[in-house]
Parts: sequence; structure tokens; C-alpha cells
Amino acid sequence: MSKPIVATTSLAGCFGCHMSLLDIDERILELFQLVEFNKSPIDDIKTFTKQCDIGLIEGGCCNSENIHVLKDFRKNCKIIVSVGECAIMGGLPALRNGIPVKECLAEAYLDGPTVGNNTEGILPNNEELPMILDRVYPCHEVVKVDYHLPGCPPRADLIWEALVALVTGNELKLPYEVVKFD
Amino acid sequence: MRTTVKTIIEKYNNDKTRLMDILMDIQNNFGFISDKFVEVIARETGLSIVDVEQTLTFYHFFSKKPVGEYAVYLNNSVVANMKGRAAVAKAFEEELGCKFGNLCDDGKIGLYNTACIGMSDQEPAAIINDTVFTSLTPLKVKGIVQQMREGKKVTEMIDVIGDGNNSSPLINSMVFNNIRKEGPVLFSEYEVGAAVKKVTEMTPNEVVDEVKSSYLRGRGGAGFPTGLKWEFCRKSEGPRYIHCNADEGEPGTFKERVILTELPKLLFEGMAIAAYALDAKEGIIYLRGEYKYLKNYLEAVLEEMKTANLLGENICGKKGFDFEIRIQFGAGAYVCGEESALIESAEGKRGEPRNRPPFPVQKGYLGMPTVVNNVETICTVVKIINNGADWFSMMGSHESTGTKLISVSGDCDFPGVYAIEWGMRIRDLLEIAGTEDVLAVQIGGPSGVCIGSKEFKRTISFEDIPTGGAITIIGKDRDIIKDVVVNYMDFFIDESCGSCVPCRAITVLMRNKLQKIIDGNGVMNDLDDLVDWGAKMKIANRCGLGQTAANPILTTLENFREKYEALIDKDSDYNTGFDLEKAVADSCAYVDRVPNL
Ligand SMILES: Cc1cc2nc3c(=O)[nH]c(=O)nc-3n(C[C@H](O)[C@H](O)[C@H](O)COP(=O)(O)O)c2cc1C
Ligand code: SF4
Repeated sequence: MSKPIVATTSLAGCFGCHMSLLDIDERILELFQLVEFNKSPIDDIKTFTKQCDIGLIEGGCCNSENIHVLKDFRKNCKIIVSVGECAIMGGLPALRNGIPVKECLAEAYLDGPTVGNNTEGILPNNEELPMILDRVYPCHEVVKVDYHLPGCPPRADLIWEALVALVTGNELKLPYEVVKFD
Repeated sequence: MRTTVKTIIEKYNNDKTRLMDILMDIQNNFGFISDKFVEVIARETGLSIVDVEQTLTFYHFFSKKPVGEYAVYLNNSVVANMKGRAAVAKAFEEELGCKFGNLCDDGKIGLYNTACIGMSDQEPAAIINDTVFTSLTPLKVKGIVQQMREGKKVTEMIDVIGDGNNSSPLINSMVFNNIRKEGPVLFSEYEVGAAVKKVTEMTPNEVVDEVKSSYLRGRGGAGFPTGLKWEFCRKSEGPRYIHCNADEGEPGTFKERVILTELPKLLFEGMAIAAYALDAKEGIIYLRGEYKYLKNYLEAVLEEMKTANLLGENICGKKGFDFEIRIQFGAGAYVCGEESALIESAEGKRGEPRNRPPFPVQKGYLGMPTVVNNVETICTVVKIINNGADWFSMMGSHESTGTKLISVSGDCDFPGVYAIEWGMRIRDLLEIAGTEDVLAVQIGGPSGVCIGSKEFKRTISFEDIPTGGAITIIGKDRDIIKDVVVNYMDFFIDESCGSCVPCRAITVLMRNKLQKIIDGNGVMNDLDDLVDWGAKMKIANRCGLGQTAANPILTTLENFREKYEALIDKDSDYNTGFDLEKAVADSCAYVDRVPNL
């Protein structure tokens, strides 16, 4: 039987969850025995080249590109997992939720103390650029998400255990310390 | 200004437990409570600034910003909407050229929404500077706005005078009693003072026993046996207090208002009897701020009772039987009807329910044993003392003795107060209330249940469907989800004190999910989520508000599931309703770009 195929991406995240995935240390060799990677920063495949089994999503959606990528993942992966606080709840980027997007843009490009050289008051509006959403959306408010792995980032062990459980079909062990943080 | 504030604070002996009264007087005097005032209050009462702010910001009728020389609070309850609130609100907005939630006419007139003001039998209704305006129409609104612009006093703006004591000079209000069925208990003839005289010839324990053997249960909703509550309270060392719960915040209820208007002496006598039984020297009536138009009248009646030696010192000539009553006004917070929140509020704090145990009968007002009883409960005690426990327990049903005042409103010909015997069928009540083609009946207000015609054979009783008294009739042309459930959920969201995470957050999540369904993005799984989350609300919240806040959804899902299913696309198993075009509209407009979707 061919190996299950995994894709990963970071949307409005900080790549911390991907870093945490790398924190599985030498088990990464085992991982490559277990699964094949497709679209992912891990192997630098930029676009889906085949249907995948598991899509790991880091980060929520703050712009139109995030939406397109997420929908693309939904289309190409049988199982979608929201990995980490930002994917699950919006996380730090969602701090702007509740502030109108206009005010955020004005602060970022016109009024903020670090705006500096933008004396002409230019706002980024090239059509090449992703469009900013009115607020940051957790992934499950955009597409169906099958599983959520909590943590900021979820610890390496949790990601490892979850992946192995998904791939082998065994039950995931979730000890208290892994899901309870305070 | 500062001296006025100081005078107000001194009037309450710089007592921090009277913070509610201090804030209310300042609000009335100046139309707002500024940071400067907060500082003065803090200094003069010994509270910290945040303590004062906590209380100030908790209550709907206190404001840090000016609310206007005329502050219009228009009820936005379900029944108000049924009776044409939308047109009335539009008339206010058009006449004044400004929207609700704002100050209009250079700050002279403010328009605000408010939760049910206890006038469901004469909606749409509003409160303007403590004066109640009932049965509003767009035409009447025109007149009111004009008179406000002319600077007329609100009390001179009313055009109709209500019945009964509403027409007495001390009330002088448009409000009608609409007593539709008097029943044999509360509204029956009696001799004022006879009962309190009678108890002075009994021992306190005998009084408690008499109440116990009548099997009287609390009329405020929870139905706790009254005699037992008194007995528990007596077990704790005093000083003890008796508090009368006249907060009447449950949308659709208004029976307390009628009792306070027509039978205040019955209530005060009942409190004196409770005081005798509990050996209490002080009592408080916690009266919702919406009923401030009754203040002068009630205070005059209290004086009259003192003069008649039915309150005050050595009541009825009994040495040492001293009892005073103070009226504590609330300021627009439903949760303050919860007994421990009521006590917190009466102590001048945020109306945040306490953890129990200890129960109020053990540690209540100022940490002392306190009985909190509903207005109707206390009034009923007087009749029990007069006529005997046996007389009382013959009426009603096995677990629900006596009669109950019901506030009926909504789609019916005869809204008003009905004194019914417990055990009456819903169907029979609907008949005497003058109804046709009833779709649903909401029993017990938003926190109660919503039932359909299949259940109209059930009875109003603790054994079957208990209620604190609100019955809202929903006619067949109503959209139960949009017209009723949404409004009730918004009510709970507004009124949660915010202490418990589920009450604060899940209520909002459920409301959002409801909107998703209404918007056509619901899937069957959403209904399961609602049921699931609703069940959590019942077990994971501190007080009755949060425990019942999911009821509007849960009970309509149970009895009108087809209405929800009709809104759902059954072929889809997941639909987030996410709309990219909408989500990017604001930012694209701001940076001046055409969305490329
Ligand atoms: C959110 C909430 C609001 C309440 N509002 C009222 C009220 O307005 N009037 C009332 O008598 N009881 C109200 N109650 C019930 C009181 O907590 C308490 O049970 C009652 O006043 C006790 O009096 P009783 O035994 O005479 O009924 C409320 C309870 C909750 C949880
Ligand atoms: S259930 Fe709601 S209203 Fe009651 S204490 Fe908790 S947060 Fe406050």
C-alpha cells in the first residue's frame, strides 16, 4: 500500500507550528518512512501535484490569499487539521478583530509612529496583492475542519502523536498536560 | 456642582453601601456621572475609584456620558415588537433626525433601547425621565417630541390617566391595571392591619408554622417553600433582614406593578409579618428602576402605615416589635432579580450573583441572614394569616397550593393580570384571555418554555409547567425564530453579568449560530450543536440566568423543530456561510481598489 500523503501550509501564522513539527527531532526520519509529503514548506512543493490524505493548517485567514489556499487544501485533502491557536481561533492576528479594518490600515500605513517615509499616504492597493479581510477568521469558519490540535504552538509530541494516530488509525492519547495549559 | 454631589453623598451618610442611591441621585441631577464625580464619590465614601466605576458601569440607567435633558427609553421586548414598536421607533428617529443609541437635538433628547419595562399589556411603551408612556403610536410620538422640544415637563405630557390608584395625585400615570380576574386571595376584601395584629398575639415560631402548613411556595419563579425558608433563616444568628424582591425583570411580567399600585399596604403588612417571624428590624424592597414613577406614592403609603402603628416602633402596641422598610431602587439590570445579586446591589455593588452556599438565609445582606421573597409571596402570607393555612391549601393543586397571579400579554384580546388557581389548563387560560389561532405560548418569560398547541392541555403548576407569572401568547402569523427566539437570546446576552464563561460566551455563540441558520447557511449538524451547547449551559453556570439562557432555543427546538429544519439545506453537511466578497468589501473600498475575487 502506498504511504499516506500529507500537505501543510501556514496561513496567517508565524510558522511556529511548523517549527514545532520540526521539533520532533530525529523522529522526522521515522515520519518520512510513514508518510509522503506533497505541497508543503517541508519539501518546498508549491502546488498540489496529487490528491492528499491529510492537510495540516497553521494560522487563520486574514486575507484573500489565505482563503484561496485553505479552500484549495479542502479540495485536495481528505482530512483537514487546524494546527494551533491561530488556525483554531485566529490567535494573535485576531487581536485586530473588533477594530474596523479601515482603522487598522490607517494605523499601519498612515498614522502609526513607524510609518516614516509614506509621506504621500499611499495605501497598498495593487491588484497583485491579497485583499485584507474585515477580520481574521479561524479556519473552520471558512471550510469544514475535521480535527483541531490545540496549543501555541501545539507541542511536537502532540503533533507527532496525532499524525501517527491518524496514519495508523489508532486512538490518540491526550494526556492532561498536552491539552491543558494553565 | 461639586457641592451638590457632596450634599447628595452626605444625604446617605457617606455610606458606601448606599452607592446605588448616590449614583441615582447624581444621574438624575446632572444627567450623567462624570469621572470627576466618581472621584468625589470614592473619596467621600472611602471606596476606590474602580469600585465606584464597577457599580456605575454595570447598570443600564447610569451613564458616564450625558443622556439628554429628556432620556427616552423605548422598550424593545418581543411583545413591544408585536404591538408596533418598529413604527414608533421609526417615528422617534424621523422626528428627531437621529438614531437610537444617540443624543439628538444638540444633546437635548436621547433615544435608547431598553429591556421590558413591565408594561406588556399596554405596549409599545417608553420611559422618559421616570414617567411612563404607554400604548404609543407614531402620531403620539410626534406630539411627545414636539413637547420635549418646547421644554415641557414630562409629567405634564401624558394625555390619558390610568385606572385605580394610577389616577391618584401621587402616581398620576397613564398606566392601566388591567386586572382581568381577581381571584379569591390577593384582591379579595380584607382589613388592613388585622393580620399583623394577629401575629403579635402569636410567637414567631407559630407564625412560621402557619406559613409552613399552608404549603405556600415562592412566587418569584423558583418555588421554594416560604415557611421553610423562614425557618432556615431563623436558625442563623441575627440581625436578620427581610428583602422583598420587586425587581420584576422577566420580560412579559407586570403583576408586581399592579400589586404595588393597588395593594401596597398588603405588601408592607406582609413584610412586617415576615419581620416579626424572623425577628428582623429592617427590610428592603428592591424595586426595579423602571417603576420609579411609584416612588412618591409608595413612600407616602409607608408613612401612612407608620402613623397607623403598622410599621415603625412597637408595632400594634407590641413592645420591641420595631420594623422599618426602605425602598432600594434598581437601575436596569435583570440579573438583580436573582436573590444574591439583589443583595449585592442593595449593598451598592455590581449585581453579580454570589456563589452558594452560603445561601442568603445564612449569609445575606451585609453578611447577615436574609430572606428574599417575591412581592406576591409576601402579600399572600397576609391572607394566609387572616384566613388560615387550611383555607389556603384547599385551593390549587397538591404541590402548588393557592392562587397565582399571571401576567398575560401578546396576541390576545384581554391582556392583563389574572389571578388563577394553580392547576389551570393553558387552554382554558387562552380562552378567557381571548385568543384565536395561537401558534405558541411562552410560559415564564424567556427563561421559561415555549410550547405549541399539542401541550395546551398541560397545567400551570409546579407539578407540570411552573411559572413566575409571565405568559406571552404568540399568534399564528408570527415567525417564532425571528420574532421571538432572537429577541430573547439578545436579551440574555445583554443581561448576563459576565462572571461565568459559558453564560458570557456560549450564549453569543448560540445566537451567532441561530443567525447562521436564519441566513440560510445552517446544516443539520448546527441543530445538534445547539442542543449540545444548551445542555452545557444548564450545568456550567452559576445562576439561573445562565442556566436558562439557552431555553429560548432549546424549547423551540423541542417543540417547533420543523421551523428550524425548514431553514436548513439538508443536502449540505457543512456550510460556514463565509462570503469572501463581503469580507473584503471594507478594506478594498478604503484602499480604493476593485476586488478581484
Ligand atoms: C436571573 C434571575 C432573575 C430573577 N428575577 C426575579 C424577579 O424579578 N422577582 C422575583 O421575585 N424573583 C426573581 N428571581 C428569583 C429569585 O432569585 C428568588 O428565587 C426569589 O426572589 C425568591 O422569592 P420567592 O421564594 O418568594 O419566590 C430571579 C432569578 C434569577 C436567576
Ligand atoms: S450565569 Fe450568567 S448572570 Fe449568572 S452569575 Fe454566571 S455570568 Fe452572571
